[in-house]
Amino acid sequence: MQGVKPLSLLQVKQVSLSFNSKKFFIGKDLSKKVLNDISFTIEEGTCLGLIGTSGAGKSTLGRVILGIQRPQQGQVLFQGYDIYNSDKATQHNIRRDLQVVFQDSYSAVNPRMTAERIISEPLENYGKLTKGELRRTVCELLERVGLSEKDLKKYPHQFSGGQLQRINIARAIALKPKLVVLDESVSSLDMVTQSLILELLSELKDDFGLSYLFITHDIKAAFSISDKIGVLEKGELIERYDSKDQFFSSKHPIVKRLRDCILAEHPRFRTLTTGKLG
Amino acid sequence: MDVNERDILNVKDLHVQVTTEVGFSTLVQDINFGIKKGRILGLVGESGSGKTVTSMSILQLHDKKKMDIRGSITLQGKELNGLENKEMRKIRGKDIAFIMQNPMNAFTPVFTIGHQFVETIRSHTTLKKKQAKELAIDVMKSINLQDSDKILKNYPFELSGGMLQRVMIAMAACLNPSVIIADEPTTALDLHSQSLVLRLLDKVRSEYGTSILLISHDLGVISEMADDVIVMQHGRIVEAANVLELFDNPQHEYTKKLLRTRPTLYSQKQSYTYML
Repeated sequence: MQGVKPLSLLQVKQVSLSFNSKKFFIGKDLSKKVLNDISFTIEEGTCLGLIGTSGAGKSTLGRVILGIQRPQQGQVLFQGYDIYNSDKATQHNIRRDLQVVFQDSYSAVNPRMTAERIISEPLENYGKLTKGELRRTVCELLERVGLSEKDLKKYPHQFSGGQLQRINIARAIALKPKLVVLDESVSSLDMVTQSLILELLSELKDDFGLSYLFITHDIKAAFSISDKIGVLEKGELIERYDSKDQFFSSKHPIVKRLRDCILAEHPRFRTLTTGKLG
Repeated sequence: MDVNERDILNVKDLHVQVTTEVGFSTLVQDINFGIKKGRILGLVGESGSGKTVTSMSILQLHDKKKMDIRGSITLQGKELNGLENKEMRKIRGKDIAFIMQNPMNAFTPVFTIGHQFVETIRSHTTLKKKQAKELAIDVMKSINLQDSDKILKNYPFELSGGMLQRVMIAMAACLNPSVIIADEPTTALDLHSQSLVLRLLDKVRSEYGTSILLISHDLGVISEMADDVIVMQHGRIVEAANVLELFDNPQHEYTKKLLRTRPTLYSQKQSYTYML
């Protein structure tokens, strides 16, 4: 991919998507609008956090950006190339630069593959490495995400959820991508593992110059890693912020509601409960 | 936390071992705590620290052939450890209610919510079906669940996770148990449902005076809800303290680490150093 240097790494332009289904025989239209006229950009080396309650369309938007779910309207431009309407070679190259880490680490890997095969799969697809080189690269990747050579021959069930998520991350960064979509990647982990993974992710971001789209319902996690925040509600991108303070001063009713849901960091500041202290 | 007579639920020297082909493996040891009436005891720990094992021991839900539970668990002075399953069934649901992490798995998909609600009530009381249904609707109304008639006619898969969890809490509260064990009640839910569920638990506590054992790995949930906290690591209690004390000056290294590593909001952090 060469040519004019694009302004943004990823541009999402007026994307709309609805899931159409008709009731059997009767023909009653049951279509549901999931994304409505969404536009935003992600610059190189930044992280956009996408917050929203369940059913807001966060994951669908992630799928649209990954090229899995074609939107009915709008364009997704990656480095200036349309993901859905470009020739096969370009699409092949885009896929290399666009990776994903899902929430459920167990279902994202093949249970019959060892860690080595899981991580080397993308490398085999895109490069011609000799066996020795391949193994060396995989070892380096494993070490980078905090695992060791001993784990090469292990199967997914022998890892804990946090370790397996590290393998998923290793697989995602194996090809040195430009953008990684993190779809609730830390939501099912306990707090210690969660903070370790978040730390790893921000390290990797600096090391490899990665950009992230961080999809989550956990506002605290989103804030700890993102440079910019977007709030999604019922398929619409209602607000975007360049800084965290803007989120706290926003007057939008939905943002206010989200803000009220944030749990206190210290028992002195509890807001939800009536419980007396002391 | 001193163990005394006023505790509703009291756990003393709890040891749980599992028998494997190669020998014994200890899951939790030296667990001592008590919950007073109307208090919320938070239980924090990372995955694998023995939180759920402890709660399942209280309910005697472990397989007795494989698990060896030692120690004493008393509910209002009555010893639970070693009770026959038949006796235990009278206590589960009536005196100790259990709220699980995943509400989708806690209901049977083949019966309506109403059917399961009424079944729970009738198995512990002598109420007629119609009275049981009235009680169910009353409880749901008292905790602000709208459309309770409609919900009772629904099947579990027709409701969202947050909604189901709230129905679950209504079900747990309807027989006015002395203790509710909530095992990661909000982990599977999104932010908004989480705050609804937590509010509800708090309401149940203040309205019915129920004691709650709240298990969570989320320190946010603990700081919102708990009166007292115990921190578990590798099957042992490493620290037990009042919630304010624990957050203000944690004693154990592990607790300090937990408090240090949790994600924080930058602007809130500033405001509270200011307020302190």
